[in-house]
This record gives sequence, C-alpha cells and structure tokens, in this order.
Amino acid sequence: MPRPVPTDHILLRGGRLIDPQIDLDTVADVLVSHGEIAAIGEDLEAPKGAVVIECAEKLVTPGLVDVHTHLRQPGREDEETIASGTRAAVHGGFTAVCAMPNTDPIADEGAAIRFIVETAEQEAYCRVHPIGAITAAQKGEALAEIGDMCAAGAVAFSDDGRGVQRAGMMRLAMDYARTFDATIVAHCEDESLVGRGVVNEGVVSTRLGLPGWPKAGEETQVARDLRIAELTRCRLHLAHLSTAGSIALVREAKAAGLGVTCEVTPHHLFLHEDAIEADYDTNLKMNPPLRTADDCAALRQGLLDGTVDCIATDHAPHARHEKALEFELAPFGTTGLETALPLVATHMVATGEATWAQVVEWMAAGPRRSLSLPKVTLEPGGMADITVIDPEAQVVVSEDWFESRSANSAFLGDKLLGKASEVLVGGRLVLRNGKVVDQ
Amino acid sequence: MLQTRHIIDIQDLTADEVALVLDTAESFKEVNERRIKKLPTLRGRTVVNLFLEPSTRTRTSFEIAAKRLSADGINMTGSASATVKGESLADTASTIAAMACDLIVVRHKYAGAPRILAEKMDSHVINGGDGMHQHPTQALLDLFTMREAFGKLEGLTVGIVGDICHSRVAGSLIPALRMVGATPVVVAPPTLLPARPDVLGAEVASTLDEALPDLDVAYMLRVQMERAEGMPFPSVREYARFFGMNRARLDTMKPHAKIMHPGPMNRGVEISADVADSDRAIVLDQVNAGVAVRMAAMYLLLGGEAIA
Repeated sequence: MPRPVPTDHILLRGGRLIDPQIDLDTVADVLVSHGEIAAIGEDLEAPKGAVVIECAEKLVTPGLVDVHTHLRQPGREDEETIASGTRAAVHGGFTAVCAMPNTDPIADEGAAIRFIVETAEQEAYCRVHPIGAITAAQKGEALAEIGDMCAAGAVAFSDDGRGVQRAGMMRLAMDYARTFDATIVAHCEDESLVGRGVVNEGVVSTRLGLPGWPKAGEETQVARDLRIAELTRCRLHLAHLSTAGSIALVREAKAAGLGVTCEVTPHHLFLHEDAIEADYDTNLKMNPPLRTADDCAALRQGLLDGTVDCIATDHAPHARHEKALEFELAPFGTTGLETALPLVATHMVATGEATWAQVVEWMAAGPRRSLSLPKVTLEPGGMADITVIDPEAQVVVSEDWFESRSANSAFLGDKLLGKASEVLVGGRLVLRNGKVVDQ
Repeated sequence: MLQTRHIIDIQDLTADEVALVLDTAESFKEVNERRIKKLPTLRGRTVVNLFLEPSTRTRTSFEIAAKRLSADGINMTGSASATVKGESLADTASTIAAMACDLIVVRHKYAGAPRILAEKMDSHVINGGDGMHQHPTQALLDLFTMREAFGKLEGLTVGIVGDICHSRVAGSLIPALRMVGATPVVVAPPTLLPARPDVLGAEVASTLDEALPDLDVAYMLRVQMERAEGMPFPSVREYARFFGMNRARLDTMKPHAKIMHPGPMNRGVEISADVADSDRAIVLDQVNAGVAVRMAAMYLLLGGEAIA
C-alpha cells in the first residue's frame, strides 16, 4: 500500500475512458482528490494546486493488476526486491501485484505475510497483495497456517513453483481453505510425468536433446484440481495455463457451472517452442515451457471467448550468472511486468484481434475478480487506482529500459507499440510521462 | 577448408564438407598405418580436451589424433556440476580463452554446453558429446566405417536400435545418414524413443525382427541406465529378448549386413558375445576410424597445410 498522498488533486484531462465493467467508453476528464475519483465529466475545472495531466489520444483505465509476480524478497534481493519489483510494476502500468510465496524462507506463516505487508507499506510503489503457501515449506506434505496468513493479509494460497503432488493433499487444502473463503491458486505440474523436463516434449526436445516436459504433465493436474474444486466447492484459480488441452478442460468446467478462474501469461500467448534454437537461450526457459503455435492460438481463443479470465505475468527475475548456466541447469522464468501491456497492445490490439475494453477486462477487472480483490471502477467515489496508456508510444525492449533489478526477458530486442504513461495508486502519481516517480 | 568455425551439430557441416572430412580422413588413416605415425601439420597449435564427463575412448581418440598432428594437447577433466559450488562453464570458458588455445574439444553432461564455450572464446570448438544432444565426430567416424565396408553410403539402410532418446550418438548419426543419402530407421520400445524421431529424420520400425531383413547395418546402442528416469523396460532379460542382437537375429539379416556399436558394449544386453566377436561386427574398425576422422576434423578446422 502506498504512503499518504502527496498531491491533493490530480486532473486527467481529455483522455478516452475505458471501463467495460460499467460499459464506459467516452472522452472525458477525471478529477482525483484525496485518493479517490472525485468527478468525471467534460471540461472539469482544476482545483487550486492540482496537477494537470493532458491525456488527449491516451486511454484512461482502471489500474492494471498482476496476480502472479515473484518479488524475491526475502532471500534473493540480488534478483528483485519489493521496491524494485513494484517499480517495474508501475513502469509496466500495474497498480497492484500479487506476490508469490516461493521466497527464501517460503511465505508459509503469518509472520512472513506481515513482513511483506509491512515492507510494502514502507517501500513499495504500488499495492502488494501477498499470496501464502498452501503447504508448509511448499513440500506438499502438511497444511500451512492458512488462517493465520489470511489474518495477516494473504489474498490467496499457492505452492507456485511446484504442483501439489498428492491429490489427497490438494483436497485437504481446498476443504480447509473454505473455512476462510480463501482462493487456492494451482500450479499444475505432475512431477512423475514432468521429471527433469525443461522444454515442451516434442519437436524442440528432440532436436536439442533436452528432457521433455509433456503437456499431459499440466493437464492431468488441471483435470484433477477441477474435480477437487467441484467436490469441495473451494474457489480455484489455475495459474499459467499453457496448453490447448488445459483451456478445453476449463471451458468444459465453466460450462458445467464451476466457479473456477484461470490465467495465461504473455510469453505463452506470444511465443512458442520454435523460438528455442541451437543457441539454447535460457531466457526462453519457462515453467511451464513454451508450447506450440497451436497452443498459443488456443490460449488467445480462450481469452477472446471468456474461458480465460486474466493475463498474468509470472514475472520471474533471475540473476544473470544463473541464467548463463547450461540450459538444463539454468532457473526457469522470464521477467514480465514491464513487457506485458506493450505485448498485448502490439500483438492483439494493434492487429485488431482485441479491443482496449477487452484488455481492461483481462488485465484490470479479470485479475481482481479472480482473486476477489476489491473492485476498481472509473466512477466517482471509486478508489483512484488508474492506468493511463499511450497506445502510440514505442518501446524497444532492452536491458537499460527495465526498472526490474533483473533483465532475463524473453522479449529482449522486441519493438513494441503501446505502454503506460501514467499510473496512479490510491491517488498517488507513481508513473509520469512513462517514468517512475521517485517516492 | 570448412565454412564453419565449430563442429557442434553435425549440420554445421554441409554434405560436401562431410565428404571432405571423410576423404581427408582416408589420407590420415594411411598415416596411422605407417611406422612413424606423426605429421608436423599442427605444430605449435594448442588443443584442449575439456572432458567434464567421464570418457575414456573418446578422450583417448582425440588425444591421439592431436598428438599425431603434432599439436600440443592438454587434457582437462572434472565434473560438470556447475551448481552453487565451483566455477560456471562460462567462467571456465573465459579462463581457457585467456590462455589462447586454438581448439577446444568438449565433452559435457548437458546439451548446448559447447555453444556456451563457442560464445565465450575465439577458439574453434569440437563437440565431443553434449548431454543427450549430439556427438558429431562419432557420426563422422561411423560414416567413414560404413563407407569403408560398403564402398558407398548412398542407398544404405541403417537400423539404429535401442536407447535412442538418451543417445547423442543417434542425435548426430540420424541427420548425418540423411545428409549422405542413406535411410536411418530407429527401433526401440517407446520408452526409449524421443518424442519426435521424424524431426531428426528417422523412420520408425515397430519391431526389430521385422526391420532386420531390410538393413545393411544394425547399429546397436548402449542402454544408458544412468540417464534413464526409472527403468525403461522390465528387465535386462526381456530387453535382450526383444531388442538385443544375437546369432539367430544376425542370421535373418542380409549376408553382407554389418553390426556396429559406438561402445562401450554391454555384452548380453544389446549385443550377445558371439555376435560382438564375429567378423560381421565392425566395432573395432569404428574405433580405428575414430582417430583418422578426428585428425581430419582438427586439421580442417585449423586450416592446416597440405598433408605431407
């Protein structure tokens, strides 16, 4: 949570307001006062001392949320911190991130959640919602103190980074989570099928002689967890789905009335396994791995038909020297907070595949709905978490451009169109003219 | 001379260059039959054998090849566990690069490791086997041996039998056979096949017994228990029964057909002792060709003078 608002009034003048939650798509001014939206209308007058931001030709949207971020603090502050990770978040247009618990130590108790909440209050540039571990030390053997963590501010529970291996353990967790109306976020990976897999099992695993990570390693746990959610009536959110088969399973479950949500990542939407060539670029090593072009198409179709609720980054910063290891030894993951919005803008909006209203649904409304975060709408009285997007701004993805402490991006060198120019968190201006405002 | 700076993937070479390596190796094979088996060709050049995974035959073969060309050869061995402790491969590469070597031969537990070396140093790199990926000089020496045995390569049908999915030998040999106009056929239980053998260029036969009558060569691979996750077949006995080469199976093959094996052989598993010791097996010819082919690869990469 940001500290007190330094500016009493901010006037966003002449932007195109887009909020599909209230069927809003109109050009108007937005006046933010004392952390809330005070007024929306044409030709609003700026109060004395107000900061006026010209938003002509720009889009004004509810603040974007990333439900899947690795902030690495505590434990790997060389890779990212709550401060640097949230700088990256606001640079990418986000007003809130959900921090995954696979830190060192793992966030599996109330004190660990309080550490994140308290550090974020002091140091973060945007809101940080901690996610706690499902099982103690993410070992999949015994429940973590889910109730204590809820009381400390955890918004959901996940053993992200690993699948919960035993179905009985997942059933226990989903039953128990209902006590606190908590959401379980499932990382679906059956280790007995995946083994040492590092790339999609198929063309690339064969060509490069790398252990394969088969699609069934994800889909069997997706199918299992959907059934357990049906059994327990626990809220389930499926993380980083990567295959056409997983999307089909969720589509079927939703059609049957199950209250499940799911996310896909920009790298699974816009990259496929053919990108991994003889240079063994470890920035393309992800978990789950990049799949095939057909899977990419199925993920996009899932977004367009509402099967997929949101886009999440799975921002996974890693030290340069660790990504420089042999492919099989290098850690999994790509950074993503700063490239997510430009990628979606470039590959889906500029191409006419999607509208900006859909992007707001996938990156602002859908994420909040998935993890039951407070709703944010562009209405008077609403919380002033706002993202202003310049759809014509050009981005060349380079190491120097990142605010993140790490530069292990799968998209280095890409030329993209569209990015956040201003971000307001609780009425506080944290990004202006595309630059992070030092706090 | 070769267009490529490195031989990491067999497809770093063109089909013409593969032929050039084999032809050059013919000359070196003749040198290896002399009493004085030494040429001054690479005098003053430094060849580092960086073997970060246990190997006796490949390392020895490269070492002898370097010595016969009068290069200064240095062996570096160790384990490839670039974990938290120890130096990373990238740092090892920079360290060796700082010592100004001309050629690195690398054997490594993980696929892609030779690329890390090639990026970090100016030297030429020969892949002496990387993980489950490739082992291009093995494919070249196998082609050399087949050409010697049959007088040609085009039109041969070569059955590669056994642990294909963990085999860097198959990873290079299958595309190499395609390059020279031969037909590779893989035979193995699906637990030992890669996901997409077609990507490498191989046809897949359902059983060994069906495949054998069509083959000119049965290339038996060693079962690599150390790389498998879980036993990929119920027992050695059952494996030998369905996928092992034995006298009865040999008798179903064409009269001129040959048996090959990259070594070391597990006698009684993928090949019976009597077949291994029969004159149909040309396993030692492969070893012999290895030195000449590696001399040719080193010579052509380092751009040596005409052969004396």
